[in-house]
Amino acid sequence: MPSCGQSRLPGRSPQGGTGRAPAGTPTPAPRTHRTPLHPGAWWLWALGLGTAATRTTNPLLLALLVTTSAYVVATRRPHAPWSRSYGAFVRLALAVLLVRLAFAVVLGSPVPGTHTVVTLPEVPLPDWAQGIRLGGRVTAEALTFALYDALRLATLLVCVGAANALANPSRLLKSLPGALYELGVAVVVALTFAPHLIADAQRLRAARRLRGRPDKGVRGLLHVGLPVLEGALERSVALAAAMDARGYGRTAEVPPAVRRTTAALTLGGLLGVCAGTYGLLTAEGGTYGVPVLLAGLAAALAGLRLGGRRTLRTRYRPDAWDARAWLVTASGVAVAGLLTLAASRDPAALHPGVVPLVAPTLPLWPAAAVLIGLLPAFITPAPEAGTDTRKEPT
Amino acid sequence: MIRFENVSVTYDGAPEPVVRDVDFEVPEGELVLLVGPSGVGKSTVLGAVSGLVPHFTGGTLHGRVTVAGRDTRTHKPRELADVVGTVGQDPLSHFVTDTVEDELAYGMESLGLPPAVMRRRVEETLDLLGLAGLRDRPISTLSGGQQQRVAIGSVLTPHPRVLVLDEPTSALDPAAAEEVLAVLQRLVHDLGTTVLMAEHRLERVVQYADQVALLPGPGERPLLGTPPEMMAVSPVCPPVVDLGRLAGWSPLPLTVRDARRGAGDLRARLAGRQPRRDDAAPPPPAPSRRLFRRTRPDGPAAPAPVAEIRSLAVRRDRVQALRHVDLTVTPGETIALMGRNGAGKSTLLSALVGLVAPSAGSVRTGDAVPHRTRPRDLVRRVGLVPQEPRDLLYADTVAAECAAADRDAEAPPGTCRALLTELLPSVADDTHPRDLSEGQRLTLALAVVLTARPPLLLLDEPTRGLDYAAKARLVAILRELAAGGHAIVMATHDVELAAELAHRVVLLAEGEVIADGPAAEVVVASPSFAPQVAKILAPQHWLTVSQVREALR
Repeated sequence: MPSCGQSRLPGRSPQGGTGRAPAGTPTPAPRTHRTPLHPGAWWLWALGLGTAATRTTNPLLLALLVTTSAYVVATRRPHAPWSRSYGAFVRLALAVLLVRLAFAVVLGSPVPGTHTVVTLPEVPLPDWAQGIRLGGRVTAEALTFALYDALRLATLLVCVGAANALANPSRLLKSLPGALYELGVAVVVALTFAPHLIADAQRLRAARRLRGRPDKGVRGLLHVGLPVLEGALERSVALAAAMDARGYGRTAEVPPAVRRTTAALTLGGLLGVCAGTYGLLTAEGGTYGVPVLLAGLAAALAGLRLGGRRTLRTRYRPDAWDARAWLVTASGVAVAGLLTLAASRDPAALHPGVVPLVAPTLPLWPAAAVLIGLLPAFITPAPEAGTDTRKEPT
Repeated sequence: MIRFENVSVTYDGAPEPVVRDVDFEVPEGELVLLVGPSGVGKSTVLGAVSGLVPHFTGGTLHGRVTVAGRDTRTHKPRELADVVGTVGQDPLSHFVTDTVEDELAYGMESLGLPPAVMRRRVEETLDLLGLAGLRDRPISTLSGGQQQRVAIGSVLTPHPRVLVLDEPTSALDPAAAEEVLAVLQRLVHDLGTTVLMAEHRLERVVQYADQVALLPGPGERPLLGTPPEMMAVSPVCPPVVDLGRLAGWSPLPLTVRDARRGAGDLRARLAGRQPRRDDAAPPPPAPSRRLFRRTRPDGPAAPAPVAEIRSLAVRRDRVQALRHVDLTVTPGETIALMGRNGAGKSTLLSALVGLVAPSAGSVRTGDAVPHRTRPRDLVRRVGLVPQEPRDLLYADTVAAECAAADRDAEAPPGTCRALLTELLPSVADDTHPRDLSEGQRLTLALAVVLTARPPLLLLDEPTRGLDYAAKARLVAILRELAAGGHAIVMATHDVELAAELAHRVVLLAEGEVIADGPAAEVVVASPSFAPQVAKILAPQHWLTVSQVREALR
């Protein structure tokens, strides 16, 4: 290996650097490199909003939460393939909403109600299926209750989707401790497997058209299944070969004593965590629970840190946890905290009544608290404009 | 730097070694080119350097390979990662991360270089390979040429002393290929990097090689020598060498420049003669007499175009992929679509088979509008062999594939097999399509597409990964099809192929047609698209060695 401190590549030279513009790309405009926000901050912010959503069933507050996260996503989402997942999460949330309503209609609901919307024919069920009802009266109260309930889950999903769209999953991986890195790579490679599968399936379905077979419909998809899986497996093997050839999995020699200490610390730590949690949950363990849990946690962390010595890996431009990251996290935590507080102070406003049916009102202070979640839209850097994310055709 | 000592490799289950008695040494700082027909084990030799053969592929390696003094028997690929950088044939399967900058840093991170060094080398490599404008881009959105440069950059950053490259320029347009080769030459000349590479497109690379290792046939001993010596005996050689052999020049020229210096008397002998028009450059944009020879069911009047494109525009993912494209394809004519990676060639072909719908303008193939026609009806009007012929093949034997093709095309049973036997006599019925060579697979896909007898045949990068022999076979097949009345449109970066086959060349840039005319005129007018023979014999209009051979006879 050449000495690390010296560069063997010459810098930009008149011939090499300023030659023909790269194939198919416009000459890049000079731009300043803005450091993106730490992905962990985005996740904490989104989870804060999600926690807030679990504290209320008020549809107006929930809608406000969705709008807040959607606004931040719309203004701060980077132009990258992973940020397209937001749409998928929104669709999933809608599906959850519809499924929950359909269940309320078909299976009925324990919520008593007087406003009958429609009466479905009821299917008589045998005795052993007591307590289950198919069809029958559908009341406005039952529907409203189901809607509120589903809206809460949908909001939670949309918040997770926002985190997915705003933070690159593989950058989050960079923040893992060194000892867990290889595990993380496995996860990320598995995650990229899915998009590749979809791309392959699309390509092969198009190829079916070239063979004169219908390219639409389920049958078309089924027929390409085997070749797609075959291709994906081959690619995984090729990727493994490439990673090996590029030094993945190189380990440093560590003395046996350190190795043994690592194993002891990690295993002991995990045992401690288990015992401590058990102590916390049982009635008689109140005294030793917390200290054992903390000691176990400390030992496990020390084990991880020591285990990191085996890996040689260094990190290229790790994301810095800066003031903005603190502010973004704080805004999420604040929304969660304030709504939790409001839920204990004024439960009526956050959980509007279903029986009797009343129109929900927007409680002023909790609504203002939710708006704190908009903060990231103003303090984080805007995504690059004009970077297109299409696949350049080959 | 790299030493092979009596190396033989036998894969599990194979009766014979793939390569036998490989015994040569690559000195430090040299660029050695590995040459030979398809299937002689070039990739195996390359894999042995990085240790992937046999650590990853399995099989038995006899003999010894040492790289920078490290024996690959005792060092796993990851322990060689700091001295050997490997780029395989498919750059996409090489990428571990998802953005350009992270990918360049990945190898260095694995080796544990300090962050400051990594940062500096990433910046240098971005400049060296012209990738600075793409640094934040997700890799999956880059074009093939850009991806190839990222793949090379990603193995350059750890500053390996040996670079191993398998077909680095096959997927690239001529200009992008020159750019990659210029980078390689700088690495060899300025930094003393040792490069071992295999490449089918010898016309692009042979002049950069210090030595050539020739694998003449499967299981035969490799020969090592200077490029002129090896080219004199090689079964595969670029047009410039072929012309040199024809004219009896000694020493053999390897570059256009050398050849031009010695070409005075050849030019004098050729003066006053004309290239034979009918095999390489008949001008059918205006209907010529040749076309009337063909019998078409719709009568002998002016032949109806097999495809007609009128002011076509296509948008894909918010990007204008094509705009204002006009193109008419008449029966019996061969058109080469050329242009850089990402110019819209593949999109144009896709529009002709209805894979993409036009956002403006119209496309007609025969009497059908492709994207509104049922696939089963469309195959009788137009057939496309995609860039990766494997996409077309689903069955697990050749015979099953042919039977399925007959059913799809509603052709009498046996049609496809008969076609295949005509094109490729040696293929057995029970072979798995995956086990065929690149060229054989392409021919099988071609036979499958031709089963429906479409008057219009489209080919996307047909010569990618083909050696000269397979290419010559393909040229013969396509020429016969064109003579039989098929119209052929092919998107290609291969200027030699275009020179051999095309009657007409259409140049695309940024989704627009920038030149459309007879092959000889369009191709000769552009330095990056001119074939070697045209460059050597300019200002005379010769395009291929076979034309010259014909004229001298």
